Amino acid sequence: MADVIITLTLEGVEMATITIDDTLYEVADGANILEAVLSLGLDLPYFCWHPALGSVGSCRQCAVLQFQNEEDERGRIVMGCMTAVSDGMLLSLSNDKAVDFRADVIESLMTNHPHDCPVCAEGGECHLQDMTVMSGHRNRRYDGLKNTHVNQDLGPLINHEMNRCIACYRCTRYYRDYAGGTDLAAMGSHDHVYFGRHEDGTLESEFAGNLVEVCPTGVFTDKALVNDYTRKWDLQSAPSICVGCAVGCNIAPGERYGRLKRIHNRYNHEVNGYFLCDRGRFGGSFVNSDKRLLSAGWKLDDDVFSPLNSEQALAQLQTLCLSGDGLYAIGSPRASLESNWMLRTLVGRDKFCSGFGAEDAALRATVSAIVEGGVHTATLPEVEAADLVIILGEDVTQTAPRLALALRQTVRNVGLEQAATMGVQYWQDTAVRNIAQNTRTPLIELVTASTRLADIASDTVTFAPADIARVGFALAHALGAGPEVDGLSSTDIALVARLQALVDNAERPLIISGCSSHNVSVVAAAQSVAAAVAQKHASTRVVYVAPEANSVGLGLLDPNALSLEEIGAAARNGEIKTLVVLENDLYRRAPKAQVDALLGSVANLVVLDTMEHLTAEAAQLVLPVASYAECEGTLVNNEGRAQRFYPPITASEDRPPAWHWLRSLAGAMKHSSLAELTQIDDVIDAIATDVPLLAGVIDASPKASYRDRVGLKAARQPHRYSGRTAMYANKTLHEPKTQADDDSALAYSMEGESQSLPGALRSFVWDPGWNSNQSLHKFQDEIGGSLKGGSSGARLINATGHPVSGRSDVPDAFERRQGSWCLTPQYRLYGSDEMSAYATPVAEMMTGAQITLSPADVESLALGAEDGVSIVIDELSVDCAVIIDPLLPAGTAGFVVGHPEMLNLRAGSYVALEKKQDFMRVPEVIVTDGVRAHG
Amino acid sequence: MIDRPLTQHLRQDGSPVFMTDYRGGGGYEGLRRVLADSSPEDCLQQVKDSRLRGRGGAGFPTGMKWSFVPMGEKAGVGPKYLIANADEMEPGTFKDRIILEQDPHQLIEGMILASYALQANVAYIFLRGEYTVAAERIETAIKECYSAGYLGENIQGSGYSLELHLHRSAGRYICGEETALISALEGKRANPRPKPPFPQVSGLWGRPTIVNNVETLCNITHILTHGAQWYQSLGIGQDSGTKLFGASGNVNNPGCWELPMGTPIREILEQHAGGMREGYTLRGFLPGGGSTDFLTPDHLDLAMDYDVIGKAGSRMGTGTMIILDDRHCPIAMVRNLSHFFAQESCGFCTPCRDGIPWIVQLLDRFESGQATEADLALLEEKARFIGGMGNTHCALAPGAMEPVTSALKYFRDDFERHIHDGRCHYHSDVGGR
Repeated sequence: MADVIITLTLEGVEMATITIDDTLYEVADGANILEAVLSLGLDLPYFCWHPALGSVGSCRQCAVLQFQNEEDERGRIVMGCMTAVSDGMLLSLSNDKAVDFRADVIESLMTNHPHDCPVCAEGGECHLQDMTVMSGHRNRRYDGLKNTHVNQDLGPLINHEMNRCIACYRCTRYYRDYAGGTDLAAMGSHDHVYFGRHEDGTLESEFAGNLVEVCPTGVFTDKALVNDYTRKWDLQSAPSICVGCAVGCNIAPGERYGRLKRIHNRYNHEVNGYFLCDRGRFGGSFVNSDKRLLSAGWKLDDDVFSPLNSEQALAQLQTLCLSGDGLYAIGSPRASLESNWMLRTLVGRDKFCSGFGAEDAALRATVSAIVEGGVHTATLPEVEAADLVIILGEDVTQTAPRLALALRQTVRNVGLEQAATMGVQYWQDTAVRNIAQNTRTPLIELVTASTRLADIASDTVTFAPADIARVGFALAHALGAGPEVDGLSSTDIALVARLQALVDNAERPLIISGCSSHNVSVVAAAQSVAAAVAQKHASTRVVYVAPEANSVGLGLLDPNALSLEEIGAAARNGEIKTLVVLENDLYRRAPKAQVDALLGSVANLVVLDTMEHLTAEAAQLVLPVASYAECEGTLVNNEGRAQRFYPPITASEDRPPAWHWLRSLAGAMKHSSLAELTQIDDVIDAIATDVPLLAGVIDASPKASYRDRVGLKAARQPHRYSGRTAMYANKTLHEPKTQADDDSALAYSMEGESQSLPGALRSFVWDPGWNSNQSLHKFQDEIGGSLKGGSSGARLINATGHPVSGRSDVPDAFERRQGSWCLTPQYRLYGSDEMSAYATPVAEMMTGAQITLSPADVESLALGAEDGVSIVIDELSVDCAVIIDPLLPAGTAGFVVGHPEMLNLRAGSYVALEKKQDFMRVPEVIVTDGVRAHG
Repeated sequence: MIDRPLTQHLRQDGSPVFMTDYRGGGGYEGLRRVLADSSPEDCLQQVKDSRLRGRGGAGFPTGMKWSFVPMGEKAGVGPKYLIANADEMEPGTFKDRIILEQDPHQLIEGMILASYALQANVAYIFLRGEYTVAAERIETAIKECYSAGYLGENIQGSGYSLELHLHRSAGRYICGEETALISALEGKRANPRPKPPFPQVSGLWGRPTIVNNVETLCNITHILTHGAQWYQSLGIGQDSGTKLFGASGNVNNPGCWELPMGTPIREILEQHAGGMREGYTLRGFLPGGGSTDFLTPDHLDLAMDYDVIGKAGSRMGTGTMIILDDRHCPIAMVRNLSHFFAQESCGFCTPCRDGIPWIVQLLDRFESGQATEADLALLEEKARFIGGMGNTHCALAPGAMEPVTSALKYFRDDFERHIHDGRCHYHSDVGGR
């Protein structure tokens, strides 16, 4: 035996020494052989195993030969994924028996697989192709007929091509076991097993899109990509951040011909791991929308915009803004930190409004809780490690979807512990689930309506927002912090006692709240609960959910920025001559009357944005700006993590990043310190110096000066990128000059080695023989661990460790009012977010205006299930379909936040409801058998 | 002392024995005595001492299987389960059916005693879906037991309680595999489960569970009534007790008979099955159902004991033999069996799901006269791949390959002649398949 020891050192992990093909290795004890082999950088083909889904031993592809001892020359075949490594283990990957076995497996799998690689959307990034080559299956000996299947229409997001299925069972394991979906299943048996729905129809899960990456071949593919196709090797990608919500999932958008073609998950083990939600995956293509602003415009007298070139536009901008004191600005929680900071610095702190909407006060409380609450905000692995979850007022599946997917794993912890006591490893997925059955880690939701976590929650208790806060304060009090709450019902007192007992027995409690109930006291109560729990358990974690990609960043930038109401007052007083609005449609932020009044009192309105919208239409000057897919910038997520996004698409000169416009303006305004900031790194340095809370943004990503070990920038294009000379041949015969990117350490090029890149600069994963995203393990420290180059992003806030209660009084209990209903905000994955609604697939998933009512109120209004109601506010009427929610507190009415027809509704206000005769209900995209929690 | 305990109550006309007659023949007497006099530990010891081996096919010692079940406080909170595996779908096997249809109380009494020994409070009979007659009779018998106080709360004043349910299978061969059976009973796909955890520790609904074959459970009553010593003495070979043996095929008297363990094959075939029908010569036989290796006339003097048959290169399996004669094509026979196993694969693991259908296609090529030498080599290679123990997730595929690989061993000249002649020489003899 050889005496070489190759060590994979992991902190805090027991190591075992094993022999693979006469070489000694040290690997993590208790890992399975496949995991260990892949972690060592060796190749072993597999299908059914997935790092997040564990092992089931279905495909038999990862077989290796195990020897009993040194004398054993025969060995026996064992499945790599199903066998734990142990000290002294003797294995062979290359023994003929193992090689032949694996060749037999792939040959069997391929008997029914079509020869359609050239027309398959998976081709070029197909795990089946890779494993077929790796297993040495070249000549086809099977000459029988192939089984064929009928495909299903699975809705606007996902394409289904069942003939390509190799029956690895990953899809159903992911969809049902991991993501909690119910409408995708393995059906039939033997070699006719079929993976689909019981009938055609849109997949119900909010996380269905991950099937595209989970499926090792081309059964489930991205429908938008299939219909506007580019191979992986021809995509120009960039490390980016999803702008769909404040979780800040890392994404890898891919470009070709100037269009965004698709979004893939970009692994960050602390934020999103292997998975995205469907808003993130399918919503990012809003950048292709025909509502994009193409050029600057100056409004003529007849309300028609006259296009301007950049120079003209800049001249007009300067004219409007060089007027002294009357320059105010409204920033945006969906714009980058750089643009917001530049704008605020330009107009001055006292004239800058953060541009938050109805959630303004709750959001400020949320940011304060994150910064001053003193309790550590959980990373993704910490969320998944919790042993008690208490949610106050947040429907996380709709407001922070990736968090909800993590919570589905959190509740497995009790079962995993049970399995561990039986000596069953956590990765033995079927075994663990058979042992656990329906036992789950406690997860209690105190929310305003039914949620999609009801199936895993031990309790879903619904209240009006004020009552959520009251129960929260009562719990904090019971745990020894904060004021007593008078007048609780006996059931609420029992609930508090139950929660208190759960907290006492927990070791790693997790408290989740946020601003989606638009109610300050809910956030304050959650902060108080977290503070009280943290006094008992040092490992307490929190997650506070904010609504938009940079809500937290903007809150950190200026906690005391003007509110929309304050800037409205300034306008009424005639103090505002010119108002600059950055990437913000004010009509989504406040009722129409309020915005009309604000804009009506402003002499000049300048809007910088990516999209046409009502605010832009009201402007004198509109300046188009680059979207997240065309420029670089920094966003701060729920966790207080600053993350940089980079463009896969080159920005056109007419549509620069917003801060470029503002910098030019700064030059004209003789604001020399701003005007001198030439590169984004300069802006970031300036932000770090200017705003102490944001000092860490510098570390979010390497500077533009970063070069890899051969002195090159990081590549956006894979080494097989083709057609550079042909791509624009319809315009010019000459190969276009490679676009320069002075702002970042990324190049619009194939050049640059990819092995040792920092995670923040990795645009794609690709390794010899591993063309699909399964190659990820080549870039991880260990399976499921951090990226070798370090995960991207920098946490800006370190918890002080001194928990502080929320600053708010106990609110009065909610009281019903006869004949009017208190509006409570509800969020929808498809529709509540502004930008993703411009993406075609997401738009197709959106519903009409909906109001959710309790069964009692539906009865009192004499409404049928098909009826609608009208709500009149400020003389504007909206007709809504009625959703009946058995859990909704009577006297409240849930409205869809952000729905274009419901923007005038305000949380906490009381409205009258009137039955709408002859209401035409918009058909639901997701037609279900009634198993969904909503309705 | 009786020497044919399993069939002692059966009637010539095959009509069922219900409560009155069962009790008249001494039924439930053993149960009454055991509940009054014996502890669960005593029962387990008796079963261990009896050296009873599982009658479902694998022959695992029943007492040892039971001893893995956690007892007392170690069992944790919640029920333990006993399941009678009555999903008799092995090709050529019809032994449990006789008891299920004609003497259901024998099974129920055995189950009550087994449940008592294991301190299980819930029991299921997982019955093959097509056994509709048995289903009706078992339902009747269960009702009679509840009325008579043999099931339910505080059985016979012993303080021991048991609920017994009949579950009729939706119908898959794989449900005979104990973990697939458990999955099916839980309402899930009938896929076999990985082990560990073994069902004895974590089975149905995650709780300790014993799955035993019908015939195994029937033996429990007799062992606990008459003692381990008596039971051991019933066998005339290495194994103890009696066994329901059977034979099907072109014999004069196909059927099922209770005989001592260790009865020579020749005696079963010649005395009980009445020898081959006129004009037919014995070519080979599958000793214990469709998933066992062929044996040949050279093996006729072997005793039907688990280890004896095992040493001869086959398995005793269910003990019900399928006879191959000289006028039927062995390739057609294994093709038929392979087709069955291909259909009954649960579809979970690759070698079974995609491999056995390939075997069927290859055998079809032989039967249609299109096979080549390369096909023969491929057939052997694939049968080895699919049939290797541990190559697949469960034992279905290895079982499925046993007739194929043994046919290749004993009837290789038939395969070669099919290749050489370009046709099946049996079909012309018997007028086609």
